Amino acid sequence: MAKHPTPLLDQLESGPWPSFVSDMKHAAELRHTNPKGINQQIPEDVIDDLLGLLEMSFEDGTTHWKHGGIVGVFGYGGGVIGRYCDQPERFPGVAHFHTVRLAQPSGLFYKADYLEELCDLWDMRGSGMTNMHGSTGDIIWLGTTTPQLEEIFFELTHKHNQDLGGSGSNLRTPACCMGMSRCEFACYDTQLMCHTLTNEYQDMLHRPQFPYKFKFKFDGCPNGCVASIARSDFSVIGTWKDDIKIDQAAVKAYVGGEIAPNAGAHAGRDWGKFDIQKEVIGLCPTQCMSYEGGKLEIDTKNCYRCMHCINVMPKALRIGDERGASILIGAKAPILDGAQMSSLLVPFIPADDPFDEIKEVIESIWDWWMDEGKNRERLGETLKRLGFQKALEVCGIKAQAQHVKEPRTNPYIFWKEDEVPGGWTRDINEYRKLHQR
Amino acid sequence: MDETEARQHIVDSLKAKTNKSKFYLKDFYTFLPDMKKMEVGKLVNKMVAEGTLEYWSSGSTTMIGLKGAGKQHATEEGE
Repeated sequence: MAKHPTPLLDQLESGPWPSFVSDMKHAAELRHTNPKGINQQIPEDVIDDLLGLLEMSFEDGTTHWKHGGIVGVFGYGGGVIGRYCDQPERFPGVAHFHTVRLAQPSGLFYKADYLEELCDLWDMRGSGMTNMHGSTGDIIWLGTTTPQLEEIFFELTHKHNQDLGGSGSNLRTPACCMGMSRCEFACYDTQLMCHTLTNEYQDMLHRPQFPYKFKFKFDGCPNGCVASIARSDFSVIGTWKDDIKIDQAAVKAYVGGEIAPNAGAHAGRDWGKFDIQKEVIGLCPTQCMSYEGGKLEIDTKNCYRCMHCINVMPKALRIGDERGASILIGAKAPILDGAQMSSLLVPFIPADDPFDEIKEVIESIWDWWMDEGKNRERLGETLKRLGFQKALEVCGIKAQAQHVKEPRTNPYIFWKEDEVPGGWTRDINEYRKLHQR
Repeated sequence: MDETEARQHIVDSLKAKTNKSKFYLKDFYTFLPDMKKMEVGKLVNKMVAEGTLEYWSSGSTTMIGLKGAGKQHATEEGE
């Protein structure tokens, strides 16, 4: 028998999709039966009370969470988010219901027994409910009480070699794709860069010193499996400078139907014979490809590195050899001003350990944003307010065609007086020699 | 201004503000306009670690105030 009747929530179990309500009821039952005999340190009925509180919110159409708090662990200004309920007498199990964020392993590689260790700790000292993974990428633990926080932190750091993640006005837990560990498209070692920069910027991760949140994400190639271009203030995306490598025999094999396109993906139905003109050449965003006389050609100067042709024919086309990364800045979700994608700051930068060139760009951007950013202003908003050219200036980067949104149709750049020979002043007599009134 | 004076100035400035108890890091920059912003940030974090100041976080934003000041603290301590 449920502790609180939840008729409204029960309706959410009736659809064809997996239901978080069913999951929570299952987790609540597990806490009661406790088959592993876990020494539960927070109320056994925490999840029952959470369901009851949510039902109450559905009934009265308002939240019963008090926002934020002073809770945390010693020495850290992030990683714990205080949550309190405004109905503690009725729902004592969720009177305190703090969130804990844990740094995820690079590329989200876990060993099963490690995951089990983490879950056992959370079953003991928290609600047992997790969010794998949060939007930022980290492991999110939902619901514990204040006295458990230092205990959790001690056990994480001393027994499991595991750190907390970022929250508040901090650097958030950096995230990366699987990179070279499994992917032939990776143009640099995303996991190494993620790990190196996480260690390098520990102070920013754990102690707030920014105007607002700041996110790094590392994609190994323009396929963007962690969607850094949309989800991070500082996106590092792998790219290459030279030609896409073409195996003409393999191209012919794709055309002849001997190799399945898209590495066999989308094979659930018959799409007809592979048509290279329609499916590759015609879909190239810059029309820089041609296939004539059984030979595929790519005009590298006009290639965007969009990855489409490589994705369709991975056995025939390979990324180039002169590899590095592009840096884009300023993506954000729509709290103010609407959602924004990152804008290209550095078209190509070496991405080799110890990543000094990239650190230099990061620190220039931080210095500027910490100086100029308003309270609760994301980097993307500062960019919009003060202009992208300012960001170029603070990073010591000269404006070039890649910085212009549509260089082929609108190649307009605002020059400053000191960037133009002769400045804004002119000798009118010299001018009149060439231009009659 | 040396570090001891800067610390005292931060505490005095916070005590003088009676209308609110939590401040953005940027507010601390205005308390110490002659110091580098990065240094102010480091000093504030040091004062939190020592227990003079404390963080308040909504989860997305962090604010800082004198330890024990404000309603939030009284509510949370009692729970």
